[in-house]
Amino acid sequence: MATIHIDGKTYEVDGSDNLLQACLSLGLDVPYFCWHPSLGSVGSCRQCAVTQYNDENDKRGRLVMSCMAPVQDNMWISVEDEEAKKFRASVVEWLMTNHPHDCPVCEEGGHCHLQDMTVMTGHNKRRYRFTKRTHQNQELGPFVAHEMNRCIACYRCVRYYKDYAGGTDLGVYGAHDNVYFGRVEDGVLESEFSGNLTEVCPTGVFTDKTHSERYNRKWDMQFAPSICHGCSTGCNISPGERYGELRRIENRFNGEVNQYFLCDRGRFGYGYVNRTDRPRQVLLDGQALSIDTAFARLSDRLKARRLVGIGSPRASLESNHALKELVGAENFSTGLTQSEQELLELTLDILQNGPLPTSTLRDVEAHDAVFVLGEDLTQTAPRIALAVRQAAKGKATEIAAGMKIQDWHALAVKNVAQNALYPVFIASTQETRLDDVADTLHAAPADLARFGFAVAHFIDNTAPVVTGLSNEVLAQAQSLALSLLAARRPLLVAGSSLGSRAILEAAANIAKALKNREKAASISLVVPEANSLGLALLGGKPLESVLDLSTADALFVLENDLYRRLDAQRVDEALSKVSTLVVLDHQQTETLKKAQFVLPAATFAEADGTLVSQEGRAQRFFQVFDPTFYKPGDQVRESWRWLHGLSSALKGQAIDWTLLDHATEACAAAVPALAGIRDAAPKASFRIKGLKLAREPLRYSGRTAMRAKINVHEPRIPQDQDTAFAFSMEGYSGTQELRQQIPFAWAPGWNSPSAWNKFQDEVGGHLRAGDPGVRLIEPSGADSHWFSVCAAYQPEAGRFISVPVHHIFGSGEMSALTPVMQSRIPAPYAVVSSEDAERLGLKDGAQVQLRSDTQSLTVTLNLSTQLQPGLIGLPVGISAIPVKAGLVIDAIEECVQ
Amino acid sequence: MIRSIIHILHGTYTQLRSLVMVFSHAFRKRDTLQYPEEAVYLPPRYRGRIVLTRDPDGQERCVACNLCAVACPASCISLQKTEAEDGRWYPEFFRINFSRCIFCGMCEEACPTTAIQLTPDFEMADFRRQDLVYEKEDLLISGPGKYPEYNFYRVSGLSITGKPKGAAQNEAAPINVKGLLP
Repeated sequence: MATIHIDGKTYEVDGSDNLLQACLSLGLDVPYFCWHPSLGSVGSCRQCAVTQYNDENDKRGRLVMSCMAPVQDNMWISVEDEEAKKFRASVVEWLMTNHPHDCPVCEEGGHCHLQDMTVMTGHNKRRYRFTKRTHQNQELGPFVAHEMNRCIACYRCVRYYKDYAGGTDLGVYGAHDNVYFGRVEDGVLESEFSGNLTEVCPTGVFTDKTHSERYNRKWDMQFAPSICHGCSTGCNISPGERYGELRRIENRFNGEVNQYFLCDRGRFGYGYVNRTDRPRQVLLDGQALSIDTAFARLSDRLKARRLVGIGSPRASLESNHALKELVGAENFSTGLTQSEQELLELTLDILQNGPLPTSTLRDVEAHDAVFVLGEDLTQTAPRIALAVRQAAKGKATEIAAGMKIQDWHALAVKNVAQNALYPVFIASTQETRLDDVADTLHAAPADLARFGFAVAHFIDNTAPVVTGLSNEVLAQAQSLALSLLAARRPLLVAGSSLGSRAILEAAANIAKALKNREKAASISLVVPEANSLGLALLGGKPLESVLDLSTADALFVLENDLYRRLDAQRVDEALSKVSTLVVLDHQQTETLKKAQFVLPAATFAEADGTLVSQEGRAQRFFQVFDPTFYKPGDQVRESWRWLHGLSSALKGQAIDWTLLDHATEACAAAVPALAGIRDAAPKASFRIKGLKLAREPLRYSGRTAMRAKINVHEPRIPQDQDTAFAFSMEGYSGTQELRQQIPFAWAPGWNSPSAWNKFQDEVGGHLRAGDPGVRLIEPSGADSHWFSVCAAYQPEAGRFISVPVHHIFGSGEMSALTPVMQSRIPAPYAVVSSEDAERLGLKDGAQVQLRSDTQSLTVTLNLSTQLQPGLIGLPVGISAIPVKAGLVIDAIEECVQ
Repeated sequence: MIRSIIHILHGTYTQLRSLVMVFSHAFRKRDTLQYPEEAVYLPPRYRGRIVLTRDPDGQERCVACNLCAVACPASCISLQKTEAEDGRWYPEFFRINFSRCIFCGMCEEACPTTAIQLTPDFEMADFRRQDLVYEKEDLLISGPGKYPEYNFYRVSGLSITGKPKGAAQNEAAPINVKGLLP
């Protein structure tokens, strides 16, 4: 801690900060551009100048750039000094000499850091009489728009894209006034994290193209704190709605999880909510019904029948629990196949009974050695990949600290480290997008697991020995084990994306080995879907064991497409026997098309619920908008509301879950492991100064016109009984009072995402009210047995075993339904090793037919030098390609042209 | 005594004076206008019915920036941005609920393209409130209104078909990034 005097007042601040951080943490408004909490200081924009004095008697002082000035004890500075103010006003004026006058047609307008800073410094008239420089734009793909005229050359974009996210295709070209930020030539931005440019850029050079399609200003959107459903990481998002459509997803700061950044799947993969083909009416055999009639008919049909329910890892805990209550625990399936469920249960077992704690996403960045076993993180849990990249770069901070350079001194840290990295090792079937910061081993899944077992043995020799490994692999395992042991805090990342149990077992062994050697290690296990871990804690039978149905049964399928999990034949067979198939979903899935009863379910944007992320963090997502406001007849409801309503109707009881809190409470009470979900977010009765929390910014416009076309007589705004939020601008939206759940970042004078400063305990730290979410899983370390080593992979002559290949765009069920993703989703393909292709006489890019015992597929053939012979990589979730891992392909034949 | 006599005389005089003044109005010019037979004169800056204007080239001026909507104290303007093929922004719909409008003119003040203008016309009464909801087709006129010259896209804004980069006012030609000259 250090004591500093700012404009005559005395403050206690963190002595390791720079002055800018210290001032912002104190809540003072110092304008800045090039500094960013995650990117550090480079001192290039000169906007954050303040006056520093030698002591209290010094009246003249000197200007310093606050982002480059370390805090010193007993320091005297002034933010309000006239000279400093004049200097800052001049800096903005210089930056604005070339800025085009196009705010009305700029997507950044209204949440623009440049606008905020210009207003803050008081510049309002252009005095410069000469011409403005202009630049040609580039086409950067479907997600990010480019308008170079607006650039103020703060360098944040390249510092984020290249230095932080490890991208290679965005750079800075030219000199002085001509500097140009872009690609060498037009083309899709390669990084999976390119969307963050829209928030990192303080002006409108990089904007959200998906939002521009249906654009509206930030002040006109209705927001709610939400959780990304794209993968299991559980990033916090702030989705915005206007006129009944979801318009945009912005990052929501959570100091324990995603901090300032999201991946492109999470940021741009929201289009499925707005699809026009979504089921919106209760349907009985294709005929629309009112809700009351539907309930009456449905309860008639269901009486005295065995009800079977199939849950879903993409539905909330409340919805799954409501289904379980309706059908009874013995008839409830998790909706996962046997093999998926076994993997998930093993994952949960390792997290609950293993020795190592799960790392939070932010904490991943604090580890100094990372072993990624069998996961292609960039594709399966992208935000974790970005965190692992930061972990590797932690070495730079360590070297810098040794030379007494503070960690915020971004360029100095970068230069002194000379690209030194902490050890990261990735064992995977093929290349991954993190390979540039890692050592790698590419092998078949079974061999990856054996490698893991070998590493465990080298860490702790009481772990089982692996025999029959080549010397090269043994040497790699040994050196990895040594580097994990040499680290202060090693991190182990594994997961179930390859569908291999052995990989998880190997991970468990490594965890135990690390614990036995008393390392302060952590583990992070990736699970397939947003609520997979929640479903594992809730429990249920595997899909196959409830599909032996008889004609007397009624089957409920909750937000789950069975055709994505099992062979079509198997599903058809099971469904054909059911007398009543009730499907609750928000998309036209294959399963839904077979349903007699369709109950239109709400997506995350129209529902409240709780998810458990892969770190075991229970987080609540809140309803963004009420669809009935614009579409009065809309019957979309939360799944848990449908199911509980039905359950009450069948039992002849009154509906006793009228609030979300009741649903959450019932779930928490029924499952002890989920008791913590009560505290995941404030209850519906939460108020600040007697007010609900506002979903809309204070400037929300058009309230008396937006619905006037339907009827000029304005109805009362929808009343949200379920949560502490109001569908209104009326309510608390300030920064002074403590609150965890923040629908949108806004503070007076701060319209851009930089407004998160005002909610944090220290800038870039944690939310003042604590970061949202509750961790449910703490490891007991009770499980002490070693898993035995699996058999080695043996290629079989003439046959190919499939391994799943995940894609950030396309493998997620919902991202694949998002129209804007379509151009990024690969066409159906298969990848085999070059050796196999040569043997079969097949060329890269050939159209081939794959034949297994049950089906045949026509795909494009890709070749890989890294994939093991005898394996065939099939993309997950791409239409026409079966999802199952371990499918055996008997023959690959070139299609006759 | 004398004082009260003067008081009475003065009172009589003022009464008679008032009577004369009132009756004299019978021979003066009428102040009352025989509306609607006689049209009322409204000054050009009168704030009445709101219109959306076109630029001198006949294109819609509104770029759907939403500033009028946010400036509106009655929140009675709503619109949706969309983009034309030439790159111009324009409103897909533009709605003013005149049953809520207070004709304060703040939308006009906020408009950066002089698209939205208040006109000297107040004759908007209607029998049904619903008919006071004006859509874009009701608001858009074919002329430039009070500002015959102004064309936002010629002054600044994005490059659009026919106005490439560097062609707006005060803009230099685009920089050749691949050039080697300093």
